[in-house]
Amino acid sequence: MFYREAGQFKTSYEADQSILPIFQDRIAMYIMLMFAFIVFPFIANDYWLGSILIPFLVLSLAALGLNVLTGYAGQISLGSAAFMAVGAFAAFNLHVRIPEIPFLVVFLWGGLCSAAVGMIFGLPSLRIKGFYLAVATLAAQFFIEWLFTHFDWFTNYSTSGVITAPPMHIFGFAIDNPLSKYFVVLTIVVLCAFGIRNLARSEIGRAWMAVRDMDIAAEAIGINLMKTKLLAFGVSSFLCGLAGALWAYAVLGTVEPQAFDIIRSFEILFMIIIGGLGSVSGAFLGAGFIVLLPILLNNLGSLVTGGAISTETIAHIEYMIFGAFIVFFLIVEPNGLARLWQIGKEKLRLWPFPY
Amino acid sequence: MIYRILVTLISYIMLIGITVSFAAEHFVPVTSYRTGPYGISGAPAANGYVDYLKMINARDGGVGGVKLDWEECETAYKPDRFVECYERLKNKGVAGATVFQPLGTGLTYSVIDRVADDKIPLITMGYGRTDASDGSIFPWVFPLLVNYWSLSTAKIKYIGNLAGGMDKLKGLKIANVYHDSAYGKETGPVLEKQAELYGFDLKGFPVAHPGLDQKATWLNVRRYKPDYVILRGWGVMNQTALKEAARARIPAENIVGVSWSCSELDTVPAGKAAVGYTCSSMYNPGSHYKVFKDILKYVHEAGNGTGPIEEVGNQQLYKTGVLMGIMTVEAINKATEKYGNKPMSGEQVRWGIENLDLTSERLEKMGIKDFIPNVKISCADHEGGAPVKFQRWNGTSFEPASDWVTTDQNIVRPMIEASSSAYAAEKGITPRCN
Repeated sequence: MFYREAGQFKTSYEADQSILPIFQDRIAMYIMLMFAFIVFPFIANDYWLGSILIPFLVLSLAALGLNVLTGYAGQISLGSAAFMAVGAFAAFNLHVRIPEIPFLVVFLWGGLCSAAVGMIFGLPSLRIKGFYLAVATLAAQFFIEWLFTHFDWFTNYSTSGVITAPPMHIFGFAIDNPLSKYFVVLTIVVLCAFGIRNLARSEIGRAWMAVRDMDIAAEAIGINLMKTKLLAFGVSSFLCGLAGALWAYAVLGTVEPQAFDIIRSFEILFMIIIGGLGSVSGAFLGAGFIVLLPILLNNLGSLVTGGAISTETIAHIEYMIFGAFIVFFLIVEPNGLARLWQIGKEKLRLWPFPY
Repeated sequence: MIYRILVTLISYIMLIGITVSFAAEHFVPVTSYRTGPYGISGAPAANGYVDYLKMINARDGGVGGVKLDWEECETAYKPDRFVECYERLKNKGVAGATVFQPLGTGLTYSVIDRVADDKIPLITMGYGRTDASDGSIFPWVFPLLVNYWSLSTAKIKYIGNLAGGMDKLKGLKIANVYHDSAYGKETGPVLEKQAELYGFDLKGFPVAHPGLDQKATWLNVRRYKPDYVILRGWGVMNQTALKEAARARIPAENIVGVSWSCSELDTVPAGKAAVGYTCSSMYNPGSHYKVFKDILKYVHEAGNGTGPIEEVGNQQLYKTGVLMGIMTVEAINKATEKYGNKPMSGEQVRWGIENLDLTSERLEKMGIKDFIPNVKISCADHEGGAPVKFQRWNGTSFEPASDWVTTDQNIVRPMIEASSSAYAAEKGITPRCN
C-alpha cells in the first residue's frame, strides 16, 4: 500500500537512471543517512561510537570490498585481511616518512598500494577458479603476515614491532575522539557504498557478473577476462586496504599484523556469505550480524544475569547462539540477509494484500 | 496488558542492573580471557585476581573500609574485544575504573594511547611496552616489578652464575628460541647488547605462531650446539619446545625460560622432558605463604571460590593473578592514604601506583612476606627495579633454583631512555618528573 510506485513517472533520463528510482526508497535512504549523520552523534556515547559503530562501519567497508570480488565477480578470496594489512602499513609508512601529506591522501595511498598487491595476488585467478583460487589467496594471507613481521622497515624499525598509529589531522581538525573518527569513517563508507552501487550496475559491474556466472561465455561475447578479473581484485583490494587503514587509525590505534590474521579473513568472508553475496546492503547486513550480534549477546548476558554466570560461560553461550543463528539463517535463506530484506520489500509492495 | 507487564519487567531488570553497579565501592575491571587460544593461561590468572579481591573484602573489609567491586569482561585475547571491554568498563563504578591490567602485550598497545585521555592507569607487570618504564614520558603506564629487557639481563646473569661467573660467559654459545611475534622479538636488541658486552655468541631461532611445529627449529638448535638455550614462548609453544628439545637431546638443565614460559601448563604436558628446566618468575615458588592460606580460609571455605580449589597456591598463573590483585590493592591502599577512605578514581590510583613503596613491614602485614620482593616506584622509574627469582621444575612442582637475581639497570635504563625519548620526540611530549 505504501510501497507502490504507481504514479511515479520519470521525466528525464537522469531520473530514470538514479540509484534509488522508487521515491519511498529514497526517503528511507535519506532518513537512514540523517539518522547516521545527525541523530546518532547526539544520542550515542563514546562506547557506542568507538566500540560498536566504528568497527561495524570499517568492517562493512571490508565486506563491501570482498563482496565486489566474491559476490559480483565470483572470485573466492581468503586474503582480504592481508589486503587490509597492506593498506594499514602503506598508510602508516607514507605518513611516517612524509608527515606533511594530508590524511585523505594517505588513506588513498593505502588503498592504492593494496590494490596493486591485490592485483598481483589476483593473477592466479586467470588460470584457476573456485577452491584452488581460495588457496592461492590464502598464500597471500600468510605471506603478507610473514612479510610485515619479518622486515623491520615496514614498522619503521620500532623496538617492539607494534606501532601506535599517529593521530589524524584532516583539514586542520584533529581527529582524536570517537565522534570525529565516526564522522570520517561514516563519510568514507557512505561514499564507497554509493560508488560500488553505481559501479555494480555499470559496464564493469555487468562484466563482473558475467564472469561470475560463466566466464567462458563471458569471454565468448567479448569481455576481456584478464582486465575484468584483475580490475575486480584491484577494486576489492582498494576497499579492503582503505578499511585496513581505517581499522588501524580509527579503531585500534595500533598498526600490527596480528590484527589482520586469517581469522579476520574468515570473518569478512562469513559476513558476505550471511549478508548476501553480490549486494551492497548485504555487506552492511552481514557486518552488522557478525560484529554487533556478539557484542549484543555479551552485554545482554552480563546485564541480565548480573555476574551470576561466569564470563567464560557467557562467551561459550554466545558462540553457541551465534552459530545457531548462522545455521538458521542459512537454512531459511541461503542467499543471505539481503535476499530476506529484498523479499520483505517485495511483500511490502503488495501489503496488505497477499498477492 | 501483557505488553505493559513486559515493559515493566524489563525496566525493573535494567534498573537492577544499573543500581547494582553504582554502590560506593572501588571498581576494579577484570579484563580476562577465559576462552580463545590462551584461555587456559588466562583463566587461572583471572581466578587468582578475583580470589584475592574477594579475600581482601572478606578479611580486611575492603581497602580503607571501602569494599572492592569488580566486573569480568571476556576479551578472548583479541585487541578489538579488549578495546570494547575497556570502553564498556572504564566509567563503571562510582568513581570510574581504578586500574586496568590487560595481561597481554598486544592488548596493552591497543589502549596505551587512550589511558592518558581517560585518566586510568595501566599496570603491565612483567610484560607490555618496555620503554613505558620511563615514567617521565609515560605517566599512565606501569610495567611493574620487571619489564622484558630487565628480565633478559637477569637471565644472562643467572646463566653466568651457572657457568661459574660472568667472565666465564666469554666464548659460550647461547641460543634464543623465541615466539615469532612482537613479544618474542622484543628482547633481541638487549640480548645482542649483552652478547657484545660479555663476549658470548648469540643466535636467534624464531618459532612461527602458534608453535606446534618445532622439529626443524630444534634440529637447527642442535646443529648450533649451544651451551645454554633461552626459551621465550607463550601458550602451547612452551610445552612443544620442551618436548622437541628432549628429542633433540638438548638437556633440560641447559634451558632457561622467561616468566611467560614458566607455568605448570608448560611443564606438566611435557612430562619427563621438563625435569630440570629452569625458568624465571616475578615471585617465589611454593604455596606456603599466608596469602594463600587466607584465600583458602576466607574465600574457598566460604564457598565463594572463583576457580577450582586445587589451583590456589599451586598454579603459577593463579599466583600471577594473585600478584595482579596485590598490585591493584596496594595501589588503591596507597591512594587512600592521600585521598581518604572513599572510592578511588583512576587518577588517584595512578598517584598511588607511582608512590608505591612495598616495604617488608607492609608485605608482612598483607601476608605476602617472602612471596614478592620489595618494590619502590618513583615518578621516573615505573618499573621498580625488582629482582627476579629462578625456579626449577623437579617433575611435580617448582623449587627455588636461585636467590633473588637483580636486573642490570646499567644496561637497560639507557636503552629505555633512548627509546622513550624517541617516542617523546615523535609525539611532542615534554618529560615530567624533574
